[in-house]
Amino acid sequence: MITAKGKSILKGIAIGKIKFLAKKQAEIKENAADPAAELKRYEDARALASEQLQALYDKAALEAGEEHAAIFEIHMMMLEDDDYVEAITELINSDGKTAEFAVKTTGENFAETFASMDDEYMKARAADVRDISGRMVNILTGADTGPADSDEPFIIVAEDLAPSETVQLDKSKLLGFVTRLGSTNSHTAILARNMNIPALIGTEISEDWDGRMAIIDGYNSCIYIDPTEELLRTLDEKRVRDLEQRAMLQQLKGQPNVTLDGRTINLYANIGNVSDVGMVLDNDAGGIGLFRSEFIYLHSATFPTEDEQFAIYKKVAEMMGGKKVIIRTLDIGADKQADYFNLPKEENPALGYRAIRICLMQHDIFKAQIRAILRAAAYGKVSIMFPMIISVSEVKQAKAILEECRKELLAEGKEIGEVEIGIMIETPAAVMVADELAEEVEFFSIGTNDLTQYTLAIDRQNPKLDPFYDSHHPAVLRLIEMTVQAGHRHNCWVGICGELGADPTLTETFLRMGLDELSVNPGGILSLRKIIRETDLGGGKAAATPAEQEEKPAETPEPESVEQTKKKKFSLFGKGKK
Amino acid sequence: MKKFTYTITDPVGIHARPAGILVKAVKPFASTCTITKGDKTVDLRKLMALMGMGIKCGDTVEIAIEGADEDTAAETIEKFFKENL
Repeated sequence: MITAKGKSILKGIAIGKIKFLAKKQAEIKENAADPAAELKRYEDARALASEQLQALYDKAALEAGEEHAAIFEIHMMMLEDDDYVEAITELINSDGKTAEFAVKTTGENFAETFASMDDEYMKARAADVRDISGRMVNILTGADTGPADSDEPFIIVAEDLAPSETVQLDKSKLLGFVTRLGSTNSHTAILARNMNIPALIGTEISEDWDGRMAIIDGYNSCIYIDPTEELLRTLDEKRVRDLEQRAMLQQLKGQPNVTLDGRTINLYANIGNVSDVGMVLDNDAGGIGLFRSEFIYLHSATFPTEDEQFAIYKKVAEMMGGKKVIIRTLDIGADKQADYFNLPKEENPALGYRAIRICLMQHDIFKAQIRAILRAAAYGKVSIMFPMIISVSEVKQAKAILEECRKELLAEGKEIGEVEIGIMIETPAAVMVADELAEEVEFFSIGTNDLTQYTLAIDRQNPKLDPFYDSHHPAVLRLIEMTVQAGHRHNCWVGICGELGADPTLTETFLRMGLDELSVNPGGILSLRKIIRETDLGGGKAAATPAEQEEKPAETPEPESVEQTKKKKFSLFGKGKK
Repeated sequence: MKKFTYTITDPVGIHARPAGILVKAVKPFASTCTITKGDKTVDLRKLMALMGMGIKCGDTVEIAIEGADEDTAAETIEKFFKENL
């Protein structure tokens, strides 16, 4: 059995025979005798390519929707692009090159330009230019395009897949695909997600795999060639369960997150980019519990302006259509660095100059973000959340700056909206002073990753510490419980937005503790909803209806002590999961 | 000659699809239409050159339109920017 690692595009299992797509490299002659004849060949090829693209557009529109077919319309326009056409005709006319050589060379030159851009999205467009050029070269050289038909379902393995190749594949036979190249932004990756088939990119592939049995394990980001009988059986069971599970989860859309005995909890989603909002809505999240604003800073070459940020926050607020969007202010520093911040290297970055500490020292950076958030709040339901808080004075300072921004914006006649104010609880210090903090804010969101790291003094990046690490450590669970109690004493709702929130073995514990919200990755919403709906806390009494429950701290059923719960629930699970 | 400046508010900037629609919108007019960002100017009819500018959210661009139908062209193009970009 061979195992190869890659980057998984979709969590899922595919089992089947491999079809290796070798790109046929047709012999390309460089020089031609008759430029007029070559020009005619080129024009015919371009017309035929355009026809083919129109057909692909129609096919993709039917299978994946207009949105995904649009790329072929762009391809048609690229074919007709003045600069592109000019460069090709120039090579044919003045340099006496063959049509195929001219197209191939021009395609490579244009692709290089895109590939050298500093924008990931534009980089990925190099593939589009190569795709249209390759199409014309294939027509000109009579090379075969696309894979041959097959009777059996197959897993495609290839160097790279052009969008047109993905669309040409017979979807009813396609189980998944594995490529060596490609990016998570490529159309191919997007199509894979859209068609819901497992796919791996960045995998070291081999031509010898052709025709062999294989399993794509999207959960572990790898492909097994010639898997053992045992692995085949295990993963096939998982595949079947996956399919059943997926179908079942779809039924849960629109259903409330309510336990059998009537306790309701809000399920929100964590996002790190505007493009994640589609997933949030698809998975029926009640809101966005953590919008990691740092992507705006990390994807930028300089400090993002207020207007730039405003456009992004506004878009998300509008897309969420009145559902809550909690924007966490800048959380840069430690492992998340942007060059233009010019942060000096630190001995101990996790305990260093980061997040709110930067914001409270460099007001210009902080104010641009706060102003953008206040303005975006006019277009939806927006909350603001400050990270890495250790003391009440920090919250007071942050709120004072917020107030200053509000006044400035009003004086400037800018439209602003009301924002709910909250903080992240991710340091043991914040838990210890949670009663005082709760008087200052309207909500707490517990960042369990940092809280665990700071409580256990364990660096998660260091694999040597794995034997010491316990994600269910009673100290962490007790801190969470203390936070909930302190919050509720002061009419402050409490949620979790760290990884622990998605841990299904803790869902019941969290419900018992009285947490009001869990914010998890969009893909985890429905499975968590299922667990909640199957849980009976034995409360007996019907709690508030979901509508009334929204926003208010939940009525907490008498919480079992953490120890009791832990004994009952966790002894089964032992060590924390990754 | 007609000119206007515009700051891109679409979070993804002028990526492939909007660029394609923009080029299409400009095509019917007889006037020359150019877009300038910093020291780079390209013809709005040239899709790949336009994409190659890598115009992002927050970038301010200047659009210049010159020719017989510049009034209608300018109006249509400005409207397009406001509605789509």
